[in-house]
Amino acid sequence: MADKTMVKHHHEPLFHVAKRDDMIWWKAWLIRCAAILLSVFVMSLVSMALTEKTLFETLEIMYRGVFGRIEEGSTVMLWKYLQQIAILLCLALALTPAFKMKFWNCGAEGQALIGGLGAMVVMIELGPKLPYGVLMVVIVVVSILAGAIWGLIPAVFKAFFNTNETLFTLMMNYIATQIIAYYVYIKGGGSNVIQPVEFGNFPKIGDNKYLINILIVAILTVVMYLYLRYSKQGYEISVVGESQNTARYIGINVKKVIIRTMCISGALCGVAGLLLVSGTDHTIRTDTVGGQGFTAIMMSWLGQFNPFIMVIMTALIIFLKLGAGKVADTCRLNASFADIFIGVVILCVVGCEFFIRYTIKFRHRKKEGNV
Amino acid sequence: MKKLLSLVLVAVMMLTMLAACGTQKENDGAQGDAPKSSLKVGFIFLHDENSTYDKNFMDAAKEACETMNVEYAQKTQIPESTACYDAAVELIESDGCDIIFADSFGHEAFLMQAAEEYPDIQFCHATGTQAHTAGLDNFHNAFASIYQGRYLAGVAAGMKLNEMIAAGEITAEEAKMGYVGAFTFAEVISGYTSFYLGAKSVCPSVTMDVKFTGSWYDEQKEKEAANSLIGGGCVLISQHADSMGAPTACETAGVPNVSYNGSTVAACPNTFIVSSRINWAPYFEYMIKCVADGTAIDTDWTGTLETGSVVLTDVNEAVAAEGTVAKLEEVKAALNDGSLQVFDTANFTVGGETLTSYTADVDTDDAFTPDTEVIEGGVFYESKFRSGPYFDVRIDGITLLDEAY
Repeated sequence: MADKTMVKHHHEPLFHVAKRDDMIWWKAWLIRCAAILLSVFVMSLVSMALTEKTLFETLEIMYRGVFGRIEEGSTVMLWKYLQQIAILLCLALALTPAFKMKFWNCGAEGQALIGGLGAMVVMIELGPKLPYGVLMVVIVVVSILAGAIWGLIPAVFKAFFNTNETLFTLMMNYIATQIIAYYVYIKGGGSNVIQPVEFGNFPKIGDNKYLINILIVAILTVVMYLYLRYSKQGYEISVVGESQNTARYIGINVKKVIIRTMCISGALCGVAGLLLVSGTDHTIRTDTVGGQGFTAIMMSWLGQFNPFIMVIMTALIIFLKLGAGKVADTCRLNASFADIFIGVVILCVVGCEFFIRYTIKFRHRKKEGNV
Repeated sequence: MKKLLSLVLVAVMMLTMLAACGTQKENDGAQGDAPKSSLKVGFIFLHDENSTYDKNFMDAAKEACETMNVEYAQKTQIPESTACYDAAVELIESDGCDIIFADSFGHEAFLMQAAEEYPDIQFCHATGTQAHTAGLDNFHNAFASIYQGRYLAGVAAGMKLNEMIAAGEITAEEAKMGYVGAFTFAEVISGYTSFYLGAKSVCPSVTMDVKFTGSWYDEQKEKEAANSLIGGGCVLISQHADSMGAPTACETAGVPNVSYNGSTVAACPNTFIVSSRINWAPYFEYMIKCVADGTAIDTDWTGTLETGSVVLTDVNEAVAAEGTVAKLEEVKAALNDGSLQVFDTANFTVGGETLTSYTADVDTDDAFTPDTEVIEGGVFYESKFRSGPYFDVRIDGITLLDEAY
């Protein structure tokens, strides 16, 4: 007996990892905030080393890059900041119902591009022919439908043939990008750029061209929160996400839920495309969405599928993106510096989830002696 | 929990301390700096210093701003999209710039949007075509008569071909050059035609094949295009695209290369002959001076050999034919005093005939409608009616292998 116990003790590792469910919410958030602070702090040290600027100066450059000369009453940069938050948030909102259902929609980029293309085609082809009100309705309907269809295709294959939705949606992105490239090639002439179209642009509210985009996304945020939390469909999504067998057992039509949810997800991505093309750029390029469809995946996760937490997360990431970009520009670093900066922050934030969900238990020497 | 709290507290303390250090250092810096002009210039670049095209602008921006003793801010990797408008607004709002300059053709429409919104800021745009019709007082185009530089580079290429013929490496009929272009677009056509005419002026039997990549910067495609031209019997390569694709392909294959946007001799010591480039520093200095003095900037500004805007790099004498340097000086003098015109209609034919009249698309529109007669007294006047090139004639002796772009 004694020998066996000894052997066991020798093989017990220095520490082991155990799952925990007991962390209080404010403690979890404290860890998350600390992770963010720590990563920003580390990256500021890196940029200090690279640029001979002090931490304070670095932070000031970041602030200046995001808010501009706001204390002099110029709010242009602030509105642009809110606009960027709105677009990323819209994409994150779009992905959330699919993720909650454990349907890994990696196709926000493509769904938004196709939605934007829908808007673009209507703007170019019907723009001069229709009265403004009718035109806007057609643009909205077409781009939402286009995004929904792009989301529907992988959902149908998943529901009926159980294809891998991650790969499927990813591939759909490439198809969407190539379709846009071809369209730009046809319409762009020699320079390969579609000049901004003056028809079918979102109206300005007062003098502000971003406010309407921001308002639309603000409304969507509230609606998505209510939909996921209080609607029957939102409940069905949760159940299908937890266990498809349970869902079937309690009489939920899983195929229907998958297809319906992906239609919503795609349609909301289409809205993001609509906001980008009709609401902001008035033209389209293969990089109109600019990889935000992938950043949105992180945003949805970091927000833990809660739309209001996503608002905070997107605001933070866009701040870092703009701020780090400004540091890179001002200090003549390569533009990739901003990507590295954000990469490190996201890594830290994701990494800290480990410490929230698991606990590390060290081998207790005292107990060992007692035995 | 206590551990966690103390960790957070330590982090906060460190932050505060560093911030305090920062403030102190900043004050010291402010006292030591020499007083600078309050003017600030903002530059928008399509790529970064890895692109020969943008590096050329970035070097000139640094040089001009140092000469004029003004501060500058820059944004790199700005695509030809709303990102350009956003960059301009950011440079004005965050950095307080008084002049905004963008370096790529496709930036134009987006820069014009910003120009409309900020009438007190001056906007300058390289290679664009719309300033003279836009009706905006604060929006300006600039270019250089780079066709003169290409012509000179062509002369150096022609002399190399003559040397190869004389050495028996190729026959006169085999004197075929290859040219990697980006798009079938006036700026590129004007460039390769002047290069060809330069070569032809010293080597009358020369012909040229042109391949297009459909991108201003695609290292792999440019390399492939150069290799396929070499495979097709071209004995000398030049290019109008911005990566190192064509020069490195030439170095690997041992084929002489006439480069663009700056010397590639460091990477290609055994094949680089000479490179023409636009030096933007004279324009930047002009533009800064105008704003500092409160005078108007020209709507269309064309730099020339004389203004120092069109320059050749040092000739790589290890590769170039003997006497190239002297010959280039001679041709340069002739271009400067006007006794030699690059697009003299006596020097080229179109479909076997001399061109006597040509209406080019000078006032830009979507359909590229020709609108202005550009031939006067037997000379096609490039860059005279606007700074951006409009020579888009397909002349005899040059074969376009593909016109997909």
